[in-house]
This record gives sequence, structure tokens and C-alpha cells, in this order.
Amino acid sequence: MRRGPRRTSMDLGYATLQVFNGLVNGAFYALLSLGLAVIFGMLRVVNFAHGAFYMLGAFAAYLLQLELGIGFWPALVLAPAAVALVGIAVERLLLRRLYGLDPLYGFLLTFGLTLLIQDGMRVRFGLQGQPYATPTELGGSLSLGAIAYPAYRLFVIAFSLAVCVAVWYAIERTRLGMVVRASIERRDLTRAFGISVDRWVTGTFAFGIALAGLAGVLAAPMRNVSPTMGAEPVILTFAVVVIGGMGSIAGAVVAGFAVGVLASLGAIVNPALENILVFALMAVVLLVRPAGLFGSLEAR
Amino acid sequence: MLEVAGLSAWYGQAQALKKVAFRVDDGELITLVGRNGAGKTTTLRCLVGLHREMEGRIVLGGEEISGWSPERRARAGLGFVPDDRGIYATLTVDENLTLPPQVGPTAWPLDRIYATFPVLRERRRASGAKLSGGEQQILSIARALRMGARILLLDEPTEGLAPVLVQQLREMLLDAKREGLTALLVEQNLRFATAVADRHYLLAQGEIVETLDNAAVAVRERELLRHLGV
Ligand SMILES: Nc1ncnc2c1ncn2[C@@H]1O[C@H](COP(=O)(O)OP(=O)(O)OP(=O)(O)O)[C@@H](O)[C@H]1O
Ligand SMILES: [Mg+2]
Repeated sequence: MRRGPRRTSMDLGYATLQVFNGLVNGAFYALLSLGLAVIFGMLRVVNFAHGAFYMLGAFAAYLLQLELGIGFWPALVLAPAAVALVGIAVERLLLRRLYGLDPLYGFLLTFGLTLLIQDGMRVRFGLQGQPYATPTELGGSLSLGAIAYPAYRLFVIAFSLAVCVAVWYAIERTRLGMVVRASIERRDLTRAFGISVDRWVTGTFAFGIALAGLAGVLAAPMRNVSPTMGAEPVILTFAVVVIGGMGSIAGAVVAGFAVGVLASLGAIVNPALENILVFALMAVVLLVRPAGLFGSLEAR
Repeated sequence: MLEVAGLSAWYGQAQALKKVAFRVDDGELITLVGRNGAGKTTTLRCLVGLHREMEGRIVLGGEEISGWSPERRARAGLGFVPDDRGIYATLTVDENLTLPPQVGPTAWPLDRIYATFPVLRERRRASGAKLSGGEQQILSIARALRMGARILLLDEPTEGLAPVLVQQLREMLLDAKREGLTALLVEQNLRFATAVADRHYLLAQGEIVETLDNAAVAVRERELLRHLGV
């Protein structure tokens, strides 16, 4: 009873704030795990380098601004495209040689690639972060009842959600998506039905990488652009993918946002809980539903 | 139409096919019969390009296709109905039907598919996973018909089907045959095999041991049934 009256508008405001912070984090997890899920589904490669591509996306935006004076909005398209080109090269020149081998090789290759990309960027740009300005249109805050919340962050939530819905639509409702789904479900059989699955593999990888690059661009105005910026989100993203179910599109998106909010709400109780909760959830999911919340084991 | 010669296949050290040879002419429906493990499925998988540990000649319409990728073979006119039916759980009935490209002039339009198989029309928006075994089998065959394949390769289409569906399938194959269907049918059900097919190749332990016509099957039915273990 004593706690009731103590719930001030200040507490409510903090909780609201944390929910939105969670949604912002979730927006990044969703974009990143969506890319990972698509790549895993099609290539059976656990792309450890996903965080590095995210970082490259942020740097691409930063360099476009610095070297060419190209601002945030064009960068939102150009930077992911540039990162996707790197992805195409990686798939064609490196990953392609590992298909049919133990998935561990793909994991090791992308792990090595991560170190290479990170350290390469560190040699060139140093470790301290570079600032990237918030686009002027999205400066300032919007009032959300009890709190005021930065407009840019609200944009990140909405934009990421829109991208996720668009990707979901493309995969679930278009012919292109149907071919991708079929190839993910039964790769060999799909070839026996006349579909050149191999050609779709490169495109799918590039697309997943572009999503990571896009997340990087979105992160640039919020987080310092630095060579190691991808290291932390990628760990949580792996937890998200496991929770959502390896290779499940809807699972990646729902689990992404859910994990973001869960971690932020945990932080209200105790800041140390933020990441612990996520990994505890992952452990529970692995024990109770090893295929993940949205996954099915047969699809492998 | 389809000619196979000296087809051998392996699973690691174990040889599953030994110099298998047979032919299917235009408009012919032949069966491959043999007990469990004889190598029937392996033969079909070699034909469509899904089993790679093999050697021998596979000639489709005069072209040697054994070096081709599975997708190229499908586009050249092989319509595959796999033993597990190959229905995609993540695709609807409509999508399962329209996934393969239409590869020949005999491709069935979707209207005809749905008119012939009303069960599929009722469930066209349903996920492939929601279909019963019988419905999946029908969908699998319908998909091959819709491709307009030059030759249908059917792996035990009657397996697990209710008698009334087997009956329907027989009518359907006989109809299609009158329209010039060419097919290679793997079948354990001798009654069904003799009702629809012209000739039968008996496969035992990876070898073609006999070629039988319908009359020979009728005369030796008992002995054959014992051999097939059914
Ligand atoms: N994936 C595999 N690995 C190893 N051996 C296999 C494999 N698949 C089949 N075989 C073996 O190859 C032989 C032929 O098998 P196949 O599946 O072609 O027989 P089948 O005639 O289709 O039998 P069924 O009537 O049971 O479908 C069998 O001895 C089987 O044990
Ligand atoms: Mg078989």
C-alpha cells in the first residue's frame, strides 16, 4: 500500500522514457537480426562480421559527409549500397568457397574478417569516435505526454519498423520473396524445380549486409562513429536471433524490439540487469524451445 | 524421350545402383518396381540431378544431361514428384504450384489445375504444411503438370493414399496419358502399376533384373508380390 502514492509522475516518466529507449535499441537489434536471419536462412552462414558491416555503414555515412559533403538523407541510401558492394565481394570471393563445408568455417571466416575490418579501420581512423550530426529536420524533441523525446530517436523507431514491415512484405507476399522462402526451406529441391538458387544467394547476402549498413547509418548521429562500435550490438543481436529462431524473419523483428524493451525495463529495476535479462531469456528459450520462439527445427 | 544407360550410383562406399539402363519413349508410361531399398528413389534423384555420386548416361530428348545442374534439367522438362512430396511449409498452395517456371507448351493453366483438383482450390491460400498427406500428394503432382514437363518422374505417388484417392489418381494419369503424357513412375502397388503403365522394369539391389509387360505381371503376380514383400 505504501508504494502506491509514491508512484509519482516522475516514475511514470522514467518508465516511458525507458520503453522508448528500449524501442530505439530494439530498432537496431531488429534491423541487424533481420539481416542475420536472412543470411543464415539462405547461406547457412552465421555472419559474425555483421557488426563490422554495421560499423562500415556508419563510417560510409561519416565519410560521405566529410569527403563529399553528402548529408544524412542521401547517405541513408548510398551508404548501405556501398556496404552491400563489399558484401558482394565477400560472398563471391570468400564465402562461396566454403559452401558445403562445416558451417564452422563460415563462422571462422567472418570472425577473421571482423578483426581485419575493425583493425583496418582503426589504423586509418584511430579508436576515438567521430561525431556525426543529427539531420537538422530531426533536431529537437517531441512531447510524449509525460516526457519530451528526441525527434531523431522517434524517427529511428518508425523508420526501422517501416523497413522491417517492408522486408516482411517483400518476403511473404512477392514472387521474389517466395523464391527466397523456398530456397531457404529446401535448397536442393528448389533447384530441382528449376530455380537457380545460387544466383539468389549473392543477392540475399548483399541485402542482409545492406540492412546492417543501414542500421549503421541510423546509429551514426546517436553513437560515436568508431571502429569498434559494432562489437557490442552484434553480441546482443546473436541473442536476439537465437530467441527469435534462427532464420525466422518475423522472429528476428519481434524478438529484436522485445529484447530492446525488456533490457530497458530491466535497467529500471537495476542497471546491471539490462544485458543479464537478455541472456537469461536466451537460455530459457534454448531450454524450452530450442528452435526459438518463431523457428522450426525441420526447416534446417 | 528419356534414355538411361550404365547408371551407377553410390552412397560413400556403398553402391546403390549398378549399370542401370532403361528407356521411356514419347507418350509412354513406364514403372520402376522393386522392394524397399532396391534403388528406385536413388534412380530418380540421379535423373533430376540431386544425387551427385553417380556415373552413366542420361539422355533427354537427344541431349546428354548428366552434367547439367538440377535447375537446368528441370527447365529442360523434367517434372519431379519426390517421395516426400516436396511441399513447402512456408509457401501457400498457390505459391507451391507457381514456384517452378512453366517449361513447356503442355503447361496446365492454374484454372485447369483448380478445376481438376477442387480440393486445392478450396485451400489455395493455406500453407502447404496444413494439407493432409493426400492433398500434398495431389499438390505435388499438380505442380509438375503445371510446369508442362516433358516427362513426369513420380516417386510412389500412391503411398499412404486412401483408396478413393488412388482411384482418382489412376483416372487422372490415364486421362493425361491420352493427352500424350510421358512418365516414369516408381510404384510398389502392382495393381496400380499395371492399370496405368505400359511396361515395368524390375529393380533388385540396384540392378534392373527384368522387364515385364502387363500380361507378364498378371501371370506372375503372386511371385512378384512375394518378391516385393508387400
Ligand atoms: N542418404 C543415404 N545414405 C546412405 N545410403 C542410402 C541413402 N539413401 C539410400 N541409401 C541406400 O541406397 C539403397 C537404395 O535406396 P533407395 O532409397 O533408392 O531405395 P528405394 O528403392 O527408393 O526404397 P523404398 O522403397 O524404401 O523407397 C538402399 O540400400 C539404401 O539403404
Ligand atoms: Mg524410395
